[in-house]
Amino acid sequence: MSQANDRPATATGVGAALPRREDARFLHGRGRYIADLELPRMLDVAFLRSPLAHAAIRGVEKPEGAQDRVFTAADMAGLVAIRPTTNVPGHRIVGTPPIADERVRFVGEIIAACVADSRAAAEDLVELVMADLDELPVVASVDAALSPDAPLVHESWGSNLSMETRFESGIEEAIAAASVRVTRTLDMARQAMVPLEGKGVVAHWDAVVGQLVVYSSTQSPHLIRNGLCHCLGLQQRQVRVVAPDVGGGFGYKAILHPEEIIVAWLALRLKRPVRWLEDRFEHLTAGASAREHRYEVTAHADAHGRILGIDAVLTTDAGAYSIWPHTNGFDAVQASGILTGPYDIRGYRVHTRTVATNKPPLSPYRAVARPGACFAIETIVDAVARAVGRDPADVRLDNLVGPAAMPYKAVTGKEYDSGDYPACLRRAREMMQEVEADPLPDTVIGTGYAMYTEHTAVSTATIAPLGVQMMPGFEHAGMLMQPDGSLEIRVGVQSHGQGMETTLAQIATEVLGIDPERVTVRHGDTALSPYSTGTYASRAIVMTGGAVAAAADALAERLKRVAGHMMQCGAAEVRLVGGELRGPTGSLSLEEAAHIWHFRPFDLPEAILRDGLELTAGYRPDGDRAPFAYAAHAARVAVDLELGVVTLLDYVAVDDCGTRVNPTIVDGQVLGGVAQGIGTGLFEEVPFDDQGQPLATTFGDYSVPAASEIPMIRLDHRETRSPYTRFGVKGVGEGGAIAPPAAVVNAINDALAGIGAELCAVPATPRRVLEAIFAARDRHGAAQEDAR
Amino acid sequence: MKAPAFTFLRPASLDEALAALAAGEGEARILAGGQSLLPMLNLRMAAAETLIDIGGLTELGEIAEADGRVRIGARVTHAALEDGVGGDRWNGMLVFVARDIAYRAVRNRGTIGGSLCHADPAADWPVAMMALGATMQIAGPDGRRELDSEAFSLDVFSCALEEGEMLTAVSLPRLSPAARWSYRKMRKKAGAFGEAIAAVVHDPESGLVRVVAGSSPLGGPARHADLEASIAAGAPVEDAAIRRSLAAREPDLDRYEMQIHATCLRRAITEVMR
Repeated sequence: MSQANDRPATATGVGAALPRREDARFLHGRGRYIADLELPRMLDVAFLRSPLAHAAIRGVEKPEGAQDRVFTAADMAGLVAIRPTTNVPGHRIVGTPPIADERVRFVGEIIAACVADSRAAAEDLVELVMADLDELPVVASVDAALSPDAPLVHESWGSNLSMETRFESGIEEAIAAASVRVTRTLDMARQAMVPLEGKGVVAHWDAVVGQLVVYSSTQSPHLIRNGLCHCLGLQQRQVRVVAPDVGGGFGYKAILHPEEIIVAWLALRLKRPVRWLEDRFEHLTAGASAREHRYEVTAHADAHGRILGIDAVLTTDAGAYSIWPHTNGFDAVQASGILTGPYDIRGYRVHTRTVATNKPPLSPYRAVARPGACFAIETIVDAVARAVGRDPADVRLDNLVGPAAMPYKAVTGKEYDSGDYPACLRRAREMMQEVEADPLPDTVIGTGYAMYTEHTAVSTATIAPLGVQMMPGFEHAGMLMQPDGSLEIRVGVQSHGQGMETTLAQIATEVLGIDPERVTVRHGDTALSPYSTGTYASRAIVMTGGAVAAAADALAERLKRVAGHMMQCGAAEVRLVGGELRGPTGSLSLEEAAHIWHFRPFDLPEAILRDGLELTAGYRPDGDRAPFAYAAHAARVAVDLELGVVTLLDYVAVDDCGTRVNPTIVDGQVLGGVAQGIGTGLFEEVPFDDQGQPLATTFGDYSVPAASEIPMIRLDHRETRSPYTRFGVKGVGEGGAIAPPAAVVNAINDALAGIGAELCAVPATPRRVLEAIFAARDRHGAAQEDAR
Repeated sequence: MKAPAFTFLRPASLDEALAALAAGEGEARILAGGQSLLPMLNLRMAAAETLIDIGGLTELGEIAEADGRVRIGARVTHAALEDGVGGDRWNGMLVFVARDIAYRAVRNRGTIGGSLCHADPAADWPVAMMALGATMQIAGPDGRRELDSEAFSLDVFSCALEEGEMLTAVSLPRLSPAARWSYRKMRKKAGAFGEAIAAVVHDPESGLVRVVAGSSPLGGPARHADLEASIAAGAPVEDAAIRRSLAAREPDLDRYEMQIHATCLRRAITEVMR
């Protein structure tokens, strides 16, 4: 729709809707995942996991005759625990132990590893291991953890508060100027990430290279290698981490898992290949690690709903330990940094509390914390609109940062680089109004909007204050021109659904004019690629895409020198057009140039020969600044006021991720993200009882939306180029998942407005919806009672 | 999770199956579609030394009509009933119920007999069969016997089969063309077990009137005789009467549970009496 592109798209370069090159193997069942790897003499691992949320381990008794097949913390004494680093003052942090030693602190924590020739036999062995556990008092919620005499998850802390941050700017002025005050407490439940493929690891010692080879279903091979080297005391050259096809990661696979450490240790100890494949039961218990936030938010506004200040306390239920490397404080830092959303709000106060509980460690799930922050600000905007009696979309339009204000420095200090937020919302409203809803029997229909602006491709500067051991704002790409002029690209990021084998080839095509059918993208293997921190934070197309372009630029220069020499002109006179190296008097194809360097060295001078046609180049966005993608979503729901069932009738998403390298892949990313966000909004939750027992341990109880629950999602796009990135791209991998919980709840609250009910928690299960309705009825009943 | 080792048998006749069951001395289990038993074995929540696969017993896969009743073999799949195999004699009710059981992949293997014997309190067939006045045909070491649905359904995950017995078929009356039925299931999403199920059948020709509600909070299916009496008398059924009937059966329903069960029952009754 909008036309901000100053460069026409070619049929195969940046902007082309090429079919994904990965599809041939994925759609025909020919992908190769961890569970497809077969190594000779491979052993399977099953873990004895804690059945209690908090207990002292008095002893672990191995079954008679199986001492050499069962391993506990005592056997693994040589392992070095990993300690996440942090620069936040007062941040108390304990990394997840590879294996529990004296204490277990959540249900599912590993107590012993059992190996056998099959997983079933390993599980038989697990049943025979006797762990002597002394039950300790449990804190299973932030309320329990923060109560005055709460049991302590970590005794030495003296409380359960792991991290606290405060930020304040202009809030007192906002409060003084405001005439409307709206306060809500908003809860987002704990979720599991449920990638299609669970976690999995296979490790073996390669005696030829002298390397521990670890195949892991990971998003970040180099990060995993860093962690493993630390824990196992190996040099980096002695470990190779390979991520084969990975069936979805969503952040769950961007962190070091205890199972990776244990399986690697077992492979070294047993000198045999060892394998662990996570099953759904393990995932829904030990892996129930995402999203759990509470926001106590007050909006201060004027009588027209112009929001002057946001005053918030954010509490995250961070579980028992900290993940590595992102730390347990990642959610709080991310959410508090974006809580004012796409709005021009000049007063802001936020207090974050990262709280330890006896639950699995909080982990970064697609869009880390932004769905929570968006849910909080967007439901508050609707509440403000209701308080001043105006249409929520109109109130949004009055509060949004306008295009003339770009780049806009938010009160949080973040710089929103580009875009037209109001136009995006107007388009979403227009699309929503184009389609009438079909009424369902016994239901009321509601429509809701939600917007976000998203800090994609996080810069190094952003993460520096946290002190986390990673370098997000930079990437390298290797580029190897082959003797026949075909091209191999090697990158350290890992494509696990992003279609990077297609898009990175398109970028090389854009610069070099090479046919994408003559380009291979290799990724996910520390032995192949330059160093990388991996695929997360909507960064790969920005950082790695930029690095591929930089490498292609450098390769083009070298090819021009070859061509210039052959055509008897200066390299500067050679232009690369459509895969042809054109000089003033003639031209050379890429294939001819490659052929000359490899097979006719006697024709070239030493300087050109010496540099060769293989190189590595790096990229960082201009000034280490990050592009902000944004979107407006709209949902239409039918709410059954008697059963509490919510049916999603229609969904619209209008996003702006700058230049779309491959529009089809962008659509796929947005659609998948929206589906996951609908899961957060309506279905997905692992509740825990007060003893820290997870209550949704199979897909019978953990509801993931399926095709029947997802309406036909209607998409549109704006393309505002980021001024800071190559091709003007912005990240898009996570955004779709951010707005749906807010859009869906705003739609539900629109439907409930007639009876004075309001929902303030997700997922919006029938029970939560009906309880909101009951509360409204009770208030109404009490009010009538009072009136008599 | 993977199941512990077990012995797998696939008998060719009912007698052979019964003999294997007897030889198992309580440690053998019948395997029909395996859509509940196999996950439970994998989760190690159920145990069996021997699984007796009844997939080879053709007699159990048949649907036949005799003496005004229809006999549906125990290993007839949900998918077969969804597809109307054997003909529709219930004005579409069995097709309707079958269509919303789990997902097609489950329905392709899951069986009506397996569902009835597994006796999940939130399952569909126990509710639907009770509402249609079905009887259960049982074979065992002491010969054959027949129980009506109410007697067959004992408790949560518990039916009236004795050790060594197996369900061979359900027998149910056909509905007259004038009969009306309603089946209301409230579930969190398509394919999920019902949070509340209500089935109401009224056949003025045969005089069959059934009001059945089932779910986990209710501990499985049961009839609501007081509501049946009102329908038979053509008297309007008030929401308060439905709530009293539910409370009499299960006093511990919370406000949410009462609301969804009462709503399903009221909507089903209204639809049938309309």
